[in-house]
Amino acid sequence: MIELWNVSKTYEAGNKALRNINMTVADGEFVFIIGRSGSGKSTLLKMLLKEVEPTSGKIVVNDMNLGKMPRRFIPRYRRKLGMVFQDFRLLKDRNVYENVAFAQRVIGASTRSIKESVPVMLKMVGLSSKYKFFPQQLSGGEQQRVAIARALINKPEILLADEPTGNLDGHNSMEIMKLLEEINKLGTTVIVVTHSQEIVDRMKKRVIMMDRGTIVSDEKKGGYTYEN
Amino acid sequence: MRISTFWYCLKQGVINICRNILFSLASIATVSACIFLFCLFFSIMVNVQYVVKNTETTVGITVFFNEGLDKNKITQIGNEIKQRKEVKEVKFTSAEDAWAEAKKEYFGDMQDLAEGFEEDNPLANSSSYTIFLNDLTQQDELVSWLNGIEGVRKVNYSKTAAEGMNSLNKVIGILSMLIIGVLLAVAIFLISNTISVAAAFRKNENQIMKLIGATNYMIRAPFVVEGVIIGLVGASLPLIAIYFLYRSAVGYVVTKFSILSGLFQFLPVDAIFPYMAATAMSLGLGIGFFVSFFTIRKHLKV
Repeated sequence: MIELWNVSKTYEAGNKALRNINMTVADGEFVFIIGRSGSGKSTLLKMLLKEVEPTSGKIVVNDMNLGKMPRRFIPRYRRKLGMVFQDFRLLKDRNVYENVAFAQRVIGASTRSIKESVPVMLKMVGLSSKYKFFPQQLSGGEQQRVAIARALINKPEILLADEPTGNLDGHNSMEIMKLLEEINKLGTTVIVVTHSQEIVDRMKKRVIMMDRGTIVSDEKKGGYTYEN
Repeated sequence: MRISTFWYCLKQGVINICRNILFSLASIATVSACIFLFCLFFSIMVNVQYVVKNTETTVGITVFFNEGLDKNKITQIGNEIKQRKEVKEVKFTSAEDAWAEAKKEYFGDMQDLAEGFEEDNPLANSSSYTIFLNDLTQQDELVSWLNGIEGVRKVNYSKTAAEGMNSLNKVIGILSMLIIGVLLAVAIFLISNTISVAAAFRKNENQIMKLIGATNYMIRAPFVVEGVIIGLVGASLPLIAIYFLYRSAVGYVVTKFSILSGLFQFLPVDAIFPYMAATAMSLGLGIGFFVSFFTIRKHLKV
């Protein structure tokens, strides 16, 4: 479970990114966060990743108070989260298999465990036949699938996706969203920040809308209600 | 740490070096220059110290006594000298021994010519103590103490030998420290720069590693490996060069300037190389490890 209590964030320049945010995301939920640029969506994700500290308020993830977490526990905490970016952030000098294995390698997983779990994950995202391909040989949708496989390989409890379909066409966007929905059905909590009205309207999931650092609406099976 | 993780970090460290090969080569060259000079001065200093040690055992202080000084008093002075900490060995030469030595030295095979002096030893007042020291630097102190003893007529000693050797050693020491210091600073700067460039190359990768949950240690390890490899390679190359250079130089001097072998005796390469290699490798490893560790610490606030 993710809980935010009166969370505010003011950057050094005086820019107020979040104002008194209160929200709860239950285990296994699928949530869209929508809003204009600068509404505070990315800051919210960064706080959940413990990349940015709140100026005030409390964030609790799976019973862990992030504000009281010692720095040395941050890597272990982040292993419980998976992160997917708009620009995929794949390593261009490594093939599909190595990109996915990388996520296990850097947390000190054994070679045996890597050899067992990477093919399973590639099968899940539908890229088994392209495991030797390099990112530049793949389409945008395929690259995002690799990124999702990398985010999921360490079996995170929560998946955070920042504009995962921002660089994809309509067809690939829906394919990626279907994949995220399947992952959610397996029990992973999924939080997606997006600008795509089509996706939000078609998925009929919980939608939290933000504006100027505040939550302006939170609907259980919402749609894309604000004008872009 | 798992073996697979160790190999992964090692591989990434090598990849870092290959990615900015020019920077890496410049760093290796500077470390090599620094350690080459260190080894050169190390060889010179060890040899000078060896010569000084030899001198200490061969150059003695000779103490002569006042005319007609009682034999018991001479023995008492001898005992006092022996009790001094800086004294390694004391050798007594009686007037008779001194005359026998002088006859041998001056008359050689014609010692019959000295028979006229037989009843009247010309060196009757030349009984003496020859003192050998543990450390030549304490010579001045002992000489002034000897001069203050009642009954001592004269103290002979070689001031230049002691001072020359010690000042030569000091000059070499200071000079080597200065040059090595400057080179060390350059090496630190270059390694730090190389690691910074590698960190810039891997910025994206490090960012992903951070978000995936890699520990600081895991993110920094390839850079530390890179620094250690630079340091170790930088130390190995001059060691190989110095090994052959030293052996050839000593061989050359001994054969071409055989007259010097009576004055100086060089240490064989096998006697100094193990110590030199251990010191140089530790130096290379230390520079590589600490510079890369602190540089990457500065770059990666995880």
